[in-house]
Amino acid sequence: MATKKKAPVKQPPRRTANKAPAKSTRKGKAPARKKTVAAPMLLRAPAAHHHDPMHELYHEVSQFLYRQSELLDDQRWQDWIDLFTEDGIYWMPADPGDTTWEGVPSIFAEDKNLMTVRMKRVLHPDAWSQKPMWGTSHVIGNVVILPRDPRTGDVVVRSRFHMMELRRDSTRHFAGTYVHHLVRTPNGLKVRLQRTDMVNGQAAFDYVLQVWV
Amino acid sequence: MLHEKVPNLAKYVEPDRVRKEVYADPDVFQLEMERIHERVWIYCGHESQVRKPGDFYTVQIGRQPMVMVRGQDRKVNVLYNRCPHRGAMICGDRHGNTGEFFRCSYHAWTFNHDGSLKNIPMMQSGYEGTRWGRDNPDCNMKRAARVASYRGFVFASLAADGPTLEEFLGPGKIAFDDICDRSPEGEVEVVPNCFRMIQNSNWKIFLENQLDALHPSVTHQSTGRAARDVELEIEKRTGKAPLSYHMLSAFATVTIDKWDNFQTLNYPNGHCILTGYMGLRPKDPDTLEYERVLAKAYGEKRKEEILTTNIHHVLLYPGLSVQSPLQQLRAVRPLGVDKTLTEIWHFRLKGAPEPIYRRALAYYNLVNSPATMINADDLENFWKCQQGLGSDGGDWVSFHRHYGRDLQKGDMIETAPGMGTSEAPMRNQMKAWAELMAKA
Repeated sequence: MATKKKAPVKQPPRRTANKAPAKSTRKGKAPARKKTVAAPMLLRAPAAHHHDPMHELYHEVSQFLYRQSELLDDQRWQDWIDLFTEDGIYWMPADPGDTTWEGVPSIFAEDKNLMTVRMKRVLHPDAWSQKPMWGTSHVIGNVVILPRDPRTGDVVVRSRFHMMELRRDSTRHFAGTYVHHLVRTPNGLKVRLQRTDMVNGQAAFDYVLQVWV
Repeated sequence: MLHEKVPNLAKYVEPDRVRKEVYADPDVFQLEMERIHERVWIYCGHESQVRKPGDFYTVQIGRQPMVMVRGQDRKVNVLYNRCPHRGAMICGDRHGNTGEFFRCSYHAWTFNHDGSLKNIPMMQSGYEGTRWGRDNPDCNMKRAARVASYRGFVFASLAADGPTLEEFLGPGKIAFDDICDRSPEGEVEVVPNCFRMIQNSNWKIFLENQLDALHPSVTHQSTGRAARDVELEIEKRTGKAPLSYHMLSAFATVTIDKWDNFQTLNYPNGHCILTGYMGLRPKDPDTLEYERVLAKAYGEKRKEEILTTNIHHVLLYPGLSVQSPLQQLRAVRPLGVDKTLTEIWHFRLKGAPEPIYRRALAYYNLVNSPATMINADDLENFWKCQQGLGSDGGDWVSFHRHYGRDLQKGDMIETAPGMGTSEAPMRNQMKAWAELMAKA
């Protein structure tokens, strides 16, 4: 089982790359976000399944997916980027039928360099569209382990997400499917490819997506 | 009558300023749909969107739901998307193939691709002796009054009279010449993907922003700086960063003082050209290979003419912004006084090497996708403008920058040297607006 980084308990100031920002609005500070600090015991598989490797894998990747989405909700952008391998890609296809991001339009097709541009943008004090109150909440479920990628041996896992976003006074809902290609490294699981298919990705976008979904 | 609801129309537009009602009054919006969008030439789509007979794409022209369809005779028709029987929309999908004819989902009336009636169930028994039947033209799907195409780009006008498409576009048609000439075959084809984004603001705010040479270094500072940081870091590591970083960093590295070195060329009917700034003619192997292909197709002299065409944006009033060197366009569909849809397409240059397409694709993904790091901040500004313009905090929108200093050359208005950020494009658009709105 990979060791998981503990989320910081203390709230650092906003607009730092690695730490959970305290949200503020013109009218004052929003209530501090409650940190989800997983107790180490929860990371272990229950005793009854202790020797069932499939169950352990299932448990491990589920925890990984939950933690990854929490990094987005906590706006810990650098930690989120660090979950990708050096050649990792975050991809949201423009067309659900697409099988590659190479040479076709995509809503997102970002390597770590582009992810860094996006992170630095939202952290810049003049990212005007991000100044209003803004927050998200992801729920991940329906975690299914698929056959390994025959080429790379990566663990492939499909899950479903539902994300609610509040920006200024507007609430938006996004839902769909993730497919993660995960690599086991000395530093735990890393994402080689995350494919995000939003079920409402084909509709007109009222406003745009600011960060990864 | 609608125009009676807007009694002060003639006083709304002055050469250097415009009343807030122009952006915020729903009656003005209805009147401009009637007098502008439902009269002038509006972009419907590219012919390659409807390759096969029966292929259709729906499109909004002003308030009218229309459908562009390829006929059996290969002709592209533009029809009102409406069944003459009970008024139901014929095509419920945004695009598709309708087969050999349209068929209404309500009572199975069928129509040919040119809109003419094909059949009505119980035509004989149900309609004999009535004034409804094949000989009555009211039984057809109504056609757009005029449809015309320029180099594959299809436009429709819902008014029977008026200038031809080419007369209307005037020098603005260089947008299509430039994009097509950059292909060694002189043609482009659409990439079948349309990014659609809603702006919670009036349609004119978007058009005015397109040629606002001052805003990028302010509005897009955050993305430009972020991209510049990463660009420098990649250069340090590998010697050279992909052009896509330059596309983003140019928003910050081209600072306000430099923007004045660009130029806008303003034409009748509100059209305008912003000259180029991105330096999209690098000397990398891909570009050099592309230049060889172009030289082979056109000869050295013509190739140079094509590649030195100095365009960043061409704005074709009142609803199209074309970035020909990057093979993309944005069509503007007003949905309401404070709501606008943009439809964003990009194109392949037929016969050009793949890397040239990839360059356009990078821009399409980074700047024009629904996850854009550029438009995000534009949309925020547009929304803020719409909020402020609906208030009583002031009556006028100012277009005074470099007013009185532009150069009039025949019927073209050119910004003076060193005054590229002149608000001439906005003044020019509002002049066209006032002229169109004055015609009852």
